[in-house]
Amino acid sequence: MTFYLVSLLKFFFSAKCKGAKDNNHLLYKPYSNAIIAKEPTSLEEEIKEIRRSGSNRDLDHASEFEMSDIFYFCRQGVESIMDDEVTKRFSAEELESWNLLTRSNYNFQHISLRLTVLWGLGVVIRYGFLLPLRVTLAFTGVGLLVVLTSIIGFLPNGRMKNFLSEQVHLMCYRICVRALTAIITYHDSENKPKNGGICVANHTSPIDVIILASDGCYAMVGQIHGGLMGVIQKSMVKACPHIWFERSEVKDRHLVAKRLSDHVEDKTKLPILIFPEGTCINNTSVMMFKKGSFEIGSTVYPVAIKYDPRFGDAFWNSSQFGMVNYLLRMMSSWAIVCSVWYLPPMTREEGEDAVQFANRVKAAIARQGGLVDLLWDGGLKRGKVKDTFKEEQQKLYSKMLVGTQEDRSRS
Amino acid sequence: MGSRASTLLREEEIEEIKKETGFSHSQITRLYSRFTSLDKGENGTLSREDFQRIPELAINPLGDRIINAFFPEGEDQVNFRGFMRTLAHFRPIEDNEKNKDPTASEPLNSRSNKLLFAFRLYDLDRDDKISRDELLQVLRMMVGVNISDEQLGSIADRTIQEADQNGDNSISFNEFIKVLEKVDVEQKMSIRFLH
Repeated sequence: MTFYLVSLLKFFFSAKCKGAKDNNHLLYKPYSNAIIAKEPTSLEEEIKEIRRSGSNRDLDHASEFEMSDIFYFCRQGVESIMDDEVTKRFSAEELESWNLLTRSNYNFQHISLRLTVLWGLGVVIRYGFLLPLRVTLAFTGVGLLVVLTSIIGFLPNGRMKNFLSEQVHLMCYRICVRALTAIITYHDSENKPKNGGICVANHTSPIDVIILASDGCYAMVGQIHGGLMGVIQKSMVKACPHIWFERSEVKDRHLVAKRLSDHVEDKTKLPILIFPEGTCINNTSVMMFKKGSFEIGSTVYPVAIKYDPRFGDAFWNSSQFGMVNYLLRMMSSWAIVCSVWYLPPMTREEGEDAVQFANRVKAAIARQGGLVDLLWDGGLKRGKVKDTFKEEQQKLYSKMLVGTQEDRSRS
Repeated sequence: MGSRASTLLREEEIEEIKKETGFSHSQITRLYSRFTSLDKGENGTLSREDFQRIPELAINPLGDRIINAFFPEGEDQVNFRGFMRTLAHFRPIEDNEKNKDPTASEPLNSRSNKLLFAFRLYDLDRDDKISRDELLQVLRMMVGVNISDEQLGSIADRTIQEADQNGDNSISFNEFIKVLEKVDVEQKMSIRFLH
């Protein structure tokens, strides 16, 4: 496997160099994390600084409002237009150099004939050879899962059933892993989630589930879908208890919390697998964790998943592609390479509420995976930001104006 | 394998933008990629909604005014040239511009043009005067619901009183410049680029 990866990398590198020599155009964009430098100062500090530079009066007589105050908001606004922390998380990560997949081609300006030939060769290999092979494997894996779990469903509940169910699940997921040519490195397996616990991980794609479930057995949580997905879900639950919700039940937070806590209390049941971000993020950052899973009060096993974008971008941009389209793209990439870290279990501490606990877990996952830790809600992918954030800024600024007026009336 | 955007940036265009705005080649290509990522409709222009999709801008109290600054009078779409022209106001001022053409017009990022940008955020009707009402509107946007009308009114009155020199109860651009003459506009209204 590693031979395959190493030779691929050499291939990309040689393609890059050859192209660059032919022309003095840039073959690839200069890689940079940010285009502008942002100073992390607070509203109060910045505005005070602006005022200080503008007047030679003592700060004691600082006026309530200066016309220069808007400079702060002005610059913040234009900075966010040039580069903001959120919108770039919902589209695929930009690569340093092109990996010969058309889909990863952002502003890479093709130049040479050589590169085109290499690309063509890549297409033939990927679509002519790899894709059919992988699709067959995928069908086998899924088919076996459905059939075998249904058969196991007929067995009486007991250790034999659980054992068989685990084996079947593991085997089928492993076939699916092969179907994607996913090359996974697991770290710190001693921290693997145990029964009665909740496993939380950052979410990049539906493949996350396959990756984790091929190394351990989990109880899945999710909404019941129709179609093929629904068939798979219904047969899985015959073999061992997963938590599937009807669409109508998903909104009822109490119901969800009750079912989850009932499940974790039963120590014979498998650990629950949850993705608290609630949506797929592009694997450069971890966004806000929804606090629901952290209120339940059982041990949390954090897991960090990081994909290597050079071989195939695993991010599922659900507003751009449907599931089938996405899977086809996955199966026609070079490979899916990722690392999984099992982090040591965490529990909620005294005096810590669910939100703080969630943030603590999120920070640990971000640190391990080398991802940016953001407070923004993944829901911003589709929805508007709440007005409360703007109101906070307005409140902060008002304090600066009104605060001084109170001092005045005192003196 | 062209880029995803249907309109690639041509070298001539980059040169023109360079002359007009003073951005470097790499800054222009980087900002072009930003422009295309904001352009959800993929038609080569940005609308107000495209800007409002940026959460950090949506929570900025003056967000709408700033967005307005990108759109010329009466228009709803801004192309890449216009985008860059507005952003150019925030380029840092370099002391020695060796290739300065003596006959060229004032650069977009001069102190005076930076102040004009800020002035236009106040002066909504573009009549070159900041009236009491316009000042109140901006103040109201910045403080939200946290300050009463009377207090805000007195703040506005005081500000106009201090700045107004010709007694017309509004602030002209020259009066605006005078009030801010000691402020380090060059630094506060500039954004540092990493290339």
